[in-house]
Amino acid sequence: MNHWIVAPLLLPLLAGMASLLAARASLRVQRALGLAATAALLPLAILLLLEADGGSHLVYRLGDWPAPFGIVLVLDRLSALMVLLTAAVALPALVDACRGADRLGRNFHPLFQLQILGLNGAFLTGDLFNLFVFFEILLIASYGLAIHGAGAERVRAGLHYVVLNLAGSALFLVAIGLLYALTGTLNLADLALRVAAAGPAEGPLLRSAALLLLVVFGLKAAILPLHLWLPPLYGAAVAPVAALFAIMTKVGLYAILRVFTLIFGPDAGVAAEAAGPWLLPLALVTLAAGAIGLLGSRDLRALVAWLVVISVGTLLAGVALASAAGLAAALYYLPHTTLVTAGLFLLVEGLALQRRHGDRDGGGLTPAPLPAQPLSLGILFLIGAVAAAGLPPLSGFLGKLLLLAAAPPGPQAAALWGVVLVGGLATLVALSQAGSRIFWGTNGGRATGPRLGFAALLPMGALLGSSLLLVLLAAPVSDYAYATARQLLAPGDYVSAVLGTEAGR
Amino acid sequence: MEALAALVIGSLVASGVYLLLRGRTFSVVLGLSLLSYAVNLFLFFTGRLTTGAPPLIGSGSDIMADPLPQALVLTAIVIGFGMTAYLVILALRARGELGSDHVDGEREEDAP
Repeated sequence: MNHWIVAPLLLPLLAGMASLLAARASLRVQRALGLAATAALLPLAILLLLEADGGSHLVYRLGDWPAPFGIVLVLDRLSALMVLLTAAVALPALVDACRGADRLGRNFHPLFQLQILGLNGAFLTGDLFNLFVFFEILLIASYGLAIHGAGAERVRAGLHYVVLNLAGSALFLVAIGLLYALTGTLNLADLALRVAAAGPAEGPLLRSAALLLLVVFGLKAAILPLHLWLPPLYGAAVAPVAALFAIMTKVGLYAILRVFTLIFGPDAGVAAEAAGPWLLPLALVTLAAGAIGLLGSRDLRALVAWLVVISVGTLLAGVALASAAGLAAALYYLPHTTLVTAGLFLLVEGLALQRRHGDRDGGGLTPAPLPAQPLSLGILFLIGAVAAAGLPPLSGFLGKLLLLAAAPPGPQAAALWGVVLVGGLATLVALSQAGSRIFWGTNGGRATGPRLGFAALLPMGALLGSSLLLVLLAAPVSDYAYATARQLLAPGDYVSAVLGTEAGR
Repeated sequence: MEALAALVIGSLVASGVYLLLRGRTFSVVLGLSLLSYAVNLFLFFTGRLTTGAPPLIGSGSDIMADPLPQALVLTAIVIGFGMTAYLVILALRARGELGSDHVDGEREEDAP
């Protein structure tokens, strides 16, 4: 067994606990601990990605209990990609937080590490109940982080978020209970076998369990009509937290991708393609709602929050196509959209601070002073806007191109092309309007806000610049995305890797 | 016994959802607690209802209770308890910050 697979869980767990112990020492110790652990996660995730790129599923049996009796961690191309993405978002977000945002409330660093633990755990686990547990870990941490810094807006949005997610957890448990009652197992690979072998009498219950799971994951991913919590929450959270949350909606999407390819895929017998007819309409409606919300936002932070909703819709559209090309397009778009929205969250916070005038917050899209650093922030905003709107030459364009090319000709393609392209246009209109208000439609006043130093520009520059990197490395990244998609569409390999070769379909 | 169990769960869920949809944070907290009780019972019953069956193999008894749902329900209870405690604190905080116990923070005079 390769023991490195469990390291992305142990590292943030230990760092989080050590950081709790250091809470009384000083913030500096906590920062050093957090930064060291998060920075170490990045090479570790790259190592795991290279390992997973060999093409086989690497199984780590916790406590060495054989599957399906013990809990397993499974590293495949998808989970390695998600772990790397988590590390790539978390490090710049933490660097940004260490400029002072972590001082606004208590226990920022332990919560941040535990959030990473929950994220990595959800991506690596091979057990449905364990997935629930890691969801709860990341949610508990996110409840604390969301209201970090307090204030009426954060508490109000946080209250809605907590209540919704508690109701979601109850539904998740009902779905888990149903699946366990019908199949007698919760190991994902074993579930795939048992669901495929289930008799027709169990079909309706299995399908309802599958759709319950879709509701739960849809709530986490902010798919319409369960998206209303997201814009206020992300808009109100402090910038580094919002940046980290950019990956949190992707957990829901990851779970949809995993469960509906592995357990309820095309070979699942009576429950085959349980979510199939729902995914594309949901994706397109989410995209359309995101575009409308984007055009209607009057605040920079809300604007970026609606970009998250749009990106979820776009990704789900790729997943809904259920073909290698569609999944690969979604998997190429995933790192792009996560990194760029995270970078934009950090950038608009800097802009809002510099545009502040009198007692008015600078986030509103009304005439305000020109930001103190129009050139550097303007270039970063341009990069972010071009990437988010999907214009060439940045990675958003490539991702959308792959997605549009993946749609097979027919009514599906017509709907997809229409919504994705009009959504792209709406993004372009909203972002260019925002850009011209910030940099040209000024009220002639002098900026009073703080200038951003190198430590502030570096994280946002790295996140937004990664879009350029994704274009330069387009060939290896899209090759990896295609390989991941093919791996997802062959669930038999996953099953035989976890349960032993003779059990594979 | 199955019918009784189903009735209990059903009425718990119905009351929980009713309370959850009300506008005051206190009823919402109670609603969520009822909902989580219902879910915990449901999880417990997924191991089927048996009486006098030990959850051990080779205990001399012909029938055996499934120990896994009991382990699952313990985990779910612990998580649910922690979450409810957090929600209560958050609701109190919201009462302090927003000046009202309405879930949207509406003041008494604005509320319809």
